[in-house]
Amino acid sequence: MKSPHMRVVPADVHAQLAGVTRVYPAADGGPGVHALGPVDLSLRRGEFYAVIGPSGCGKSTLLDVLSGLSPPTTGEVVFEGKPVGRTVPDGIGIVFQEDASFPWLTVRDNIAFGLRQGGVDGAEIDRRTDYALAFMGLRDFARAYPPQLSGGMRQRVCIARTLVMQPRLILLDEPFGALDAQTRLIMGDELLRLWRETKATVMLITHALDEAAMLSDRIGVMSARPGLILAEIETGWSRDRDSTIASDPAFGAITSRLWSLLRAESIKAVGGSARS
Amino acid sequence: MTRLGWIRFGIVGGAIVLLELMCRFGVIGRRVLIPPSDMAVQLWNLLRSGRINNDLSETLLNVAASIALAVAVGFAVGSVIHALPRVRRAIEPFLASYYALPFFAFYPVFIVLFGIGRMPIIVIGFLFGVVAMVIATFNGFDRIPRALVRTARAYRMGPVETALKIKLPYAAPFLFTGVKLAVAYSFIGVIAAEFILASSGLGYSIAYAFNNFDNRTMYALMLLVIVLVTVVNALLHVGEARLMRRRGL
Ligand SMILES: Nc1ncnc2c1ncn2[C@@H]1O[C@H](COP(=O)(O)OP(=O)(O)OP(=O)(O)O)[C@@H](O)[C@H]1O
Ligand SMILES: [Mg+2]
Repeated sequence: MKSPHMRVVPADVHAQLAGVTRVYPAADGGPGVHALGPVDLSLRRGEFYAVIGPSGCGKSTLLDVLSGLSPPTTGEVVFEGKPVGRTVPDGIGIVFQEDASFPWLTVRDNIAFGLRQGGVDGAEIDRRTDYALAFMGLRDFARAYPPQLSGGMRQRVCIARTLVMQPRLILLDEPFGALDAQTRLIMGDELLRLWRETKATVMLITHALDEAAMLSDRIGVMSARPGLILAEIETGWSRDRDSTIASDPAFGAITSRLWSLLRAESIKAVGGSARS
Repeated sequence: MTRLGWIRFGIVGGAIVLLELMCRFGVIGRRVLIPPSDMAVQLWNLLRSGRINNDLSETLLNVAASIALAVAVGFAVGSVIHALPRVRRAIEPFLASYYALPFFAFYPVFIVLFGIGRMPIIVIGFLFGVVAMVIATFNGFDRIPRALVRTARAYRMGPVETALKIKLPYAAPFLFTGVKLAVAYSFIGVIAAEFILASSGLGYSIAYAFNNFDNRTMYALMLLVIVLVTVVNALLHVGEARLMRRRGL
């Protein structure tokens, strides 16, 4: 489906969803699960975009469709001016919600996996891997295997494995879910630092209001399933922000705005699943 | 050694000593069984004389070839069928009842198809082992987390590359069960096939000794087969334990 307004993509739009829906077909040929949409969404080049929504509203589905991992049922996805097909385009890096570390490789080899896969030369692999190990606080565990690490550390291995590829668009699906509140704040600051350094576009899926309010330039608030984007909120933070903005009065205003949008949806999500 | 290890050691050692005593004191006749110590001495002499070198290496080659084929083909077929859920559902009952087939009843067919010599023996060893490997591949692949396969897609890996670089290493500890079974079944298949189809090899030599009332050689060769299988299994066990420990399983 090609909608006419897709023809002109402004230069600062990095990725775009137009009229995207996703229905998971039922095994028995029944009506299936309408998980997402229709959603229209434009990620601006270099922005930090958070997606927030109640559990099961289709956030991970949104990531799948945007990255080319699963095809939209209707609508069109564009990344860097080209339609996204059935493969993940070069330049997109993904951190999944579930643990995706490779248990048979050391932490170091996990992080280097994509680089080796891409045929990057050895010295460069070492340089980037060393940097990522230090950046993610994994230096002492370089030779450990993921089953020997905590869930939060495994997730950091996955983040590092994605970041060393230097993606231009980074999609993170609740990457800090397994971390305690303090580590989350610190990881959030690190993510901001990285985002500033690499000038990458970031889409962060989260269900933590404060995380969304603190980290992002814009926040897309989703409804209960089938997920629609109810509102997009501009935070107006400067590029060199960090977690200390939590004490800014504007931070409180944004979180309470988010909560007032999400409260009803979250009740719907819980009530809906309790009934069915 | 652990307590349990000592108990097992005691059971095996005790059985050997008991057998030895029963043979020595005539409870078991000489024409039925020779004492285990005689078997060991006889085996030692056989090995030193070099008379069985050819048969031994022939059997080992046959077994190695059938194991290699069973593991490689079993893994390849298993990974392809695993990717086709419908085909898998259709053939799973056949696989489950596969080992109910009395292969050796068909040995004339093998001779007609593959002639005599090495081929039919390797084929029988292979047929014995391959399905165990297919089933183990299914089991291993069933456990692969969805996120790992999606990671492979995020790195734009094709199906073959994903099977070799993601699925194979993830499933390795579970595939190991298949390898162990393939090894055991290949040994059974090869040695049994040598009994009826071959004119050399350990299985043939055992049958030959039996037909010529050469009890001492026959039992020495049986001991050799037992020792071989035990050593191979011990090595596999060590390899498996290492794999599992590293994976925290
Ligand atoms: N492969 C699938 N097949 C069928 N239904 C699916 C599949 N994946 C997700 N769904 C359904 O689609 C809906 C949205 O799922 P999704 O994982 O996108 O939600 P989410 O917002 O990421 O949830 P969470 O916050 O719990 O991670 C859910 O109702 C889910 O049951
Ligand atoms: Mg999700």
